[in-house]
Formats: sequence, structure tokens, C-alpha cells
Amino acid sequence: MEGDAGWLSVLVAILGGAIRVSTPYLFVSLGETLTEKGGRVNLGLEGVLVMGAMTGYATAVLTGEPWFGVLVAGCAGAMLSLVHGLICSLPRVNDIAVGIALFIFGTGLAFFLGKAFINPSAPRLPSISLGGWSDVPQIRSALEINVLFLVGLALALFIAWGLRNTRWGLVLRTVGDSSEAAEALGYRVNRVRIAGTVAGGFLSGIGGSYLSLYFPGTWNEGLSSGQGLMAVTLVIFARWDPIRCFYASLLFGGATALGPALQTVGITANYYLYGAAPYFLTLGLLIYSSSRQHALAGAPGEVSISR
Amino acid sequence: MKHASSLARISPLAPPEVAITDLTKRFGALTALDAVSLTVRPGTVHALLGENGAGKSTLVKCLMGTYRADGGQIRVDGAEMRLSNPREAQKLGLGMVYQHFTLVPSMSVAENLVLGEEDMPAVIDWPNRRKALREFMDSMPFRLDLDRVVSGLSAGEKQKLEILKQLHLGSRFLILDEPTSVLTPDEADQILGLMRDLAREGRISVVLISHKLREVETYADEVTVLRGGKRVGQGQVSDLGRADMVRMMVGEAPPATERAGAEHVTGAEVLRIDGLSVDNDRGVTAVRDLGLAVRAGEVLGIAGVSGNGQTELVEALAGQRDATGGAITVDGKPFHRTRAEMRDLKIRLLPEDPLRNACVRAMSVAENLSLRSYDEPPFSRWGFWLDRAAIRSHGEELIARFHVKTQGPDALIGTLSGGNVQRTVLARELSEGVRVLIVQNPCFGLDLKAVAEIRSRILAARDDGAAVLLISEDLDEILELSDRIAVMSQGRLVHETPRAAASLQEIGRHMAAH
Repeated sequence: MEGDAGWLSVLVAILGGAIRVSTPYLFVSLGETLTEKGGRVNLGLEGVLVMGAMTGYATAVLTGEPWFGVLVAGCAGAMLSLVHGLICSLPRVNDIAVGIALFIFGTGLAFFLGKAFINPSAPRLPSISLGGWSDVPQIRSALEINVLFLVGLALALFIAWGLRNTRWGLVLRTVGDSSEAAEALGYRVNRVRIAGTVAGGFLSGIGGSYLSLYFPGTWNEGLSSGQGLMAVTLVIFARWDPIRCFYASLLFGGATALGPALQTVGITANYYLYGAAPYFLTLGLLIYSSSRQHALAGAPGEVSISR
Repeated sequence: MKHASSLARISPLAPPEVAITDLTKRFGALTALDAVSLTVRPGTVHALLGENGAGKSTLVKCLMGTYRADGGQIRVDGAEMRLSNPREAQKLGLGMVYQHFTLVPSMSVAENLVLGEEDMPAVIDWPNRRKALREFMDSMPFRLDLDRVVSGLSAGEKQKLEILKQLHLGSRFLILDEPTSVLTPDEADQILGLMRDLAREGRISVVLISHKLREVETYADEVTVLRGGKRVGQGQVSDLGRADMVRMMVGEAPPATERAGAEHVTGAEVLRIDGLSVDNDRGVTAVRDLGLAVRAGEVLGIAGVSGNGQTELVEALAGQRDATGGAITVDGKPFHRTRAEMRDLKIRLLPEDPLRNACVRAMSVAENLSLRSYDEPPFSRWGFWLDRAAIRSHGEELIARFHVKTQGPDALIGTLSGGNVQRTVLARELSEGVRVLIVQNPCFGLDLKAVAEIRSRILAARDDGAAVLLISEDLDEILELSDRIAVMSQGRLVHETPRAAASLQEIGRHMAAH
């Protein structure tokens, strides 16, 4: 009896953790989907994420307005990704190499500029309680849902719709799938790709602000543990589909929450091993989705990882 | 006249008269187009004839605004045009159907049709749009399912979609760039016949870029012949004979393949393939349960429309792609497609796109010529030390023997022309004795002289007792070289006949069968 309730609370904790932790994954993976649908890979989104976390936090500290922080974080992410987009538009520039440089540059710049903001505390983003119907405190806390999570869900639906039903969506997919076709139709390939990269950076910056302004809700140098990079893997697993990005983000979020969830029922052995669950998951999914025989299904034709 | 009613909708205006005067285009020191003039009268099919590199593509790219001409004028209905973008050409009703398809592979037929529309709305109202597209399709002489994804279409269907796309956009002046290179003879006749009918009705004008004389004779009204960027002939097709046109294209009497040793003897079975199955990049079976046998001194020609598993078959034989089942034997010994077996059993390959599939682009001609044997004496000592001087002199010898045009043995292979890359690979593959020769599309994109030479070399290898497996999309080539002909369709061999009993209609029918 006691044991049943224990395992139930583990499940609830994983679910709650999944919702809490998944938001940055969701925003970065949606951003990377937009970038890659245009035919480029931006590995620098990890740097963009950290930069977004720092600028969002700093803005919230200085103005006292967390939502303004989210906006500034998005803009900082867009600016940083614009650098990626512009450099990659030069002839014979490899987007992977530029992405790694941007990753290091973005994190370094954020640490440098963010030194002053490690101590002050910023106002947090509000959340909505959806667990009022339950008396169980764990369920109540699990269903304490941040607004950004819901925005992310709406965005996933909107992007999925937009890629099929809007001119922008069709043009982005054209450029990402066949630059030859896009040129023959008179589209400017580089411009569209830069736009896709910048939009992706905006979303990733917002994902970063979630880290510093909601969960865990502080700013320090160990804030991100590679979520930005893992989100790139997640896009491959989700086969460049925004809706599947949402599910995959929940899965990764749940894996991240595994350690803390087990802790709630007193399993503290191997805590750090469980903490590595998302990284194992990343490796496992990459092996699972790779094949000696097939190319990646659904991959945009111009993306360098699928060529 | 059966299309007249349907076409009123697509082309409310008469096709424009396009006059090109003294058009010149230079790329650095090279003059790709040298003061070429031609006029396409409304409602005619005007053929642009010439070998690869004659300037045909450059001419139409200037016309479409992809390139900016260095001199000369283009007038559309009398008004001079300075186009800088294909979209502007589109607005004037000029449309281009490219040789390499410009469809978006991951999108559906409907999405591809909507993409080019000039007034594509910000949000696409699919239900209405699809209704309009369905009406458009119903008014067309050939149709495609709107929901099919382009990557799943056959080459012929893609070609049709390209043409449908242009007609949908209201183009009244269509440029077809080598439209039939990927079609079966029947599909080619159907599409070109349709284009000619539309032109006769005065609905469209067509510029047909081709190097196939039969097509030009049958479907074009006027012809302009280009050679080396210059206009070397022009006139009504009905006034010119086939021999005249060839002479203009080549500049001399047409070269002929030396059919050496017509009395060659066929020996024992050498190459045998049983139950071979191979998957394509998407994990779909591309070659299914394929079996064949080739004897010594025999050419087995495999015809077929591209995309029916030929490339996967060759890649599997070359060791570039895993087979999912089946066995290959050479002279009765199993062949697992390793380098050592290729050496011992003397299996040699001339794959398509040799620069990509058979060469190392960043290496010199001499190094590429030694790729089969660089690790053996006399090129290698003690198993690791390479004697570069020996490699170089070996390269020089083969360059001379196979007439490879290069700046020298140290030039990078990537700097050579297509024909000379092909000669280089052929030199490497044929110089040390060959038991099995596997050849795919050996003459694709080469000029007539190189074609004749390469075909003669293949036949010479056969006469020396090699078993030759020729996989080609060019039916004329298959008919010219093969002793036996098989047709590949959907990964299987569906028809086999000795050359003497082969009929073009019969082969074409099997190529088209699904």
C-alpha cells in the first residue's frame, strides 16, 4: 500500500518535472526546427540559450519586469543567431564550425557580462495552477504550469500549421529542401535562411530566459547543462516535426526529472547516474534513428547533416 | 485540336515574339556565347541544337535572366528586355523547364504548383486552392495526383509536373532543356507531341534544347545550331537534312564507333548474379530478386528509365552499398565486392558520374590512375612506401595511350573535362586486363567524338574476352553496343532479348510498364 503510493508519487514527480524541465528543450528544438527547415544547422543554440538566460535575468533584475526580460532574451538570441546567419551566407563557410564557435562565444560572453547578476535576485515568471481539483500536494505542485510552457505548446501547433499553410512556411521549406528549386523560382536563398536562423535564435533566447526566470530560476554559470545541444538531437529524433518536438521535449524533460523524482521516495543511491539519463537518452536515440541502409527520413535536403 | 477548349484558360494571350540579337556572354577569358542571333516566331517550335558546351544553356540562362549578357539585345514583342531575375522573365510569360528538375522533393504536387505562383497569398486557403488545381488538372491532357510527394514520382512524372507548373503559371513561351533525357521513347513522343500541338494551335512557343536529331526532325519547325558559342547554322528543319545538322554540330564528317570484330566469339559464363536485393537510401527495396548472367566476349545491355534500381545495382556491385540478399559469382568464385577480389578476379567498373564515384577529386590525374594498384609493386615498396616517380611515369604513359587531355600527370582530376575524366577512369580500369567490365551511362553528357572513342574501347574490351554489363538510360547506346538486351523496371529484369531480335517498341513498352 505504502509502496504503491510511493511509486505513484515518483510518476507524478516525473510528470511534473517533465513539464517543468521541458520548456527550454521545446523552445530550442522549435528554433532549431525553423533553422534546419531553411537548410542550416545552428549548433550555437546552446550559446544562444545561455545568452538568453543572462540577458533575461539581467533585464528582470534591472526593470523588475520578468516578461520584459523574456522579450530582451529573445532579441539577444536573435542578434546572436543573426551573426551565425550572416557568416554562413559567405561562400564556403561551414555552418557546423560556425555553430561551435558561436556556442563558445555565446556562453563566454554571457559569463563575462553576467558576473554582476549572480547575486541579485530577479522576479520570477508567474505560473498557473491547474491542480486545484486535487488534495495531493505532489499533484498540485506538478500541475503548477508556467505560462511559457503553454506558449511553447501553442507555438508548436502554430509552426506546424504555418509550415504547411503559409507562404513563409512553403518558401522556408523550399529553400531548405532544394536551393536549386528556390533559385529557379527567384527566391533569395541566403535571405530566407538568415530569417529562419534569426527566428530560431529568438525562440532559443526565450528558452534561455525560462531557465533563469522560472526553473531553476537563478543565474549562474552552471545554469544550462547542454540543453541547447541536446535539443539539436531532439530535432533529429522528432524528424523536423514541431508537434513531435513537443512530445520529444516532454520525454527529455521526464528523463531529466528522473533523479530528483526517485529522491522523493528515498532512492538517493546513484543520483548522479540518474542525472545522466538525458545524455544516455540522447545517445540511445541517435543510435536508434541512425541506419547503415537509410538516409534520415524527413530531413531537409540542404541540411549538411543529411547530405 | 482536342486541347483547344482546355487551353483557352491557361493562355489568354498569344505567345510573344522573342528576338535575340548578337547576344554575347563571357566567363573570364572564355567566350561562352559569341554574338548569337535568333528569332522565335509565335506558335513555333524552335530547336537549339549543339553538343555539350556549345553554349545552349548559357543562351537560355541569359534569356531567363539567370545570367546577365555582356552584349547584344533581347526583345520580347519588340520591347528590349533587361532581365535580372527568373521571376521577371516569368512575368513576361517566359518559362523554363530545367533538365535538372527544380521541384521541391519533399513537397506534394499541389504544394509545388502553388509555390511558383506570382501572387502566392500569405496564408494559403488550401480547400479553395485545391479545387482550383483540380479544375486545372482536369483541363490538362496529362494529370497527376495532387497529393503525391515529388520524391516518389518517376522521372517522367516529374517532367510532366515541370511542364504543368509552367502552364499553370501561364507561361506562353516555354524553354525545354533536354526534356527527354530521362523519359521512355513513348513518354518523350507524348510530351513533345503535346508541345508541338500546343504550338500549332498558336497557344505557346517552344524552344527545344536537344542533341537528339530525331526529336529535332520530328517536332521542331526551325533550328539554330551552336558550336563553341557561335551560331553555325540556322534554318527550317524541313530544308535541312540530318547529315547537314550533324556536320554543323561537329564541324566535320560525323564520327562513327568502330564496330571492331563483329565476328567476336562468346565464351563461358563469367559474371553471375542470383537473387540480388538492394535497398535504396530510404530503406525501400530498389533491386529485388535480380538474376542475370554474362558470358565472356558478350555485352549485356540493361535498358530502363532512370530510378528503376540501376544506380543501386551498380553501387551494390561496386561495394558502395550493402546488398540485403543474393549472391554474385565471377568465374564460379564468390564475389563479396572487396578490393582484393576485384583485383584477383579482374572486375573493373566505370560508374556514372565518375568524378564522384570513381575518382578522388583532390588527387592528381596520375594518382587517380594508380588507385587500383598503388599499394603493389612497382608503385609500392615494403607495403607502405610509395614510389611517386613510378606512379607519375605510369600516369604519363596511360595519358598518352588513352589520349587524355590534361595539363599533365600532376593536374588535379577535378580540372579535367567530363570526357577526359571518363578517359582517365577507362584507362585505369582497362589497362591491366579485364575479366568483368561494369559500365553505367558511360557517355552521358560527352561530345560525339568522346562518345565514339569510349564506345569503341568498350567493344574492344569485349572482343578481348571481357564480360561486359552495360547499364544505360540511352536506348540508342544499348542498341548500338549490346549483344543481348534486358529491360530493368522497378528493380527487376522484366524483358530479355538477343540484339538481333530486339524491337524498339517492345523494349519501350517494357520500360514504361509499372
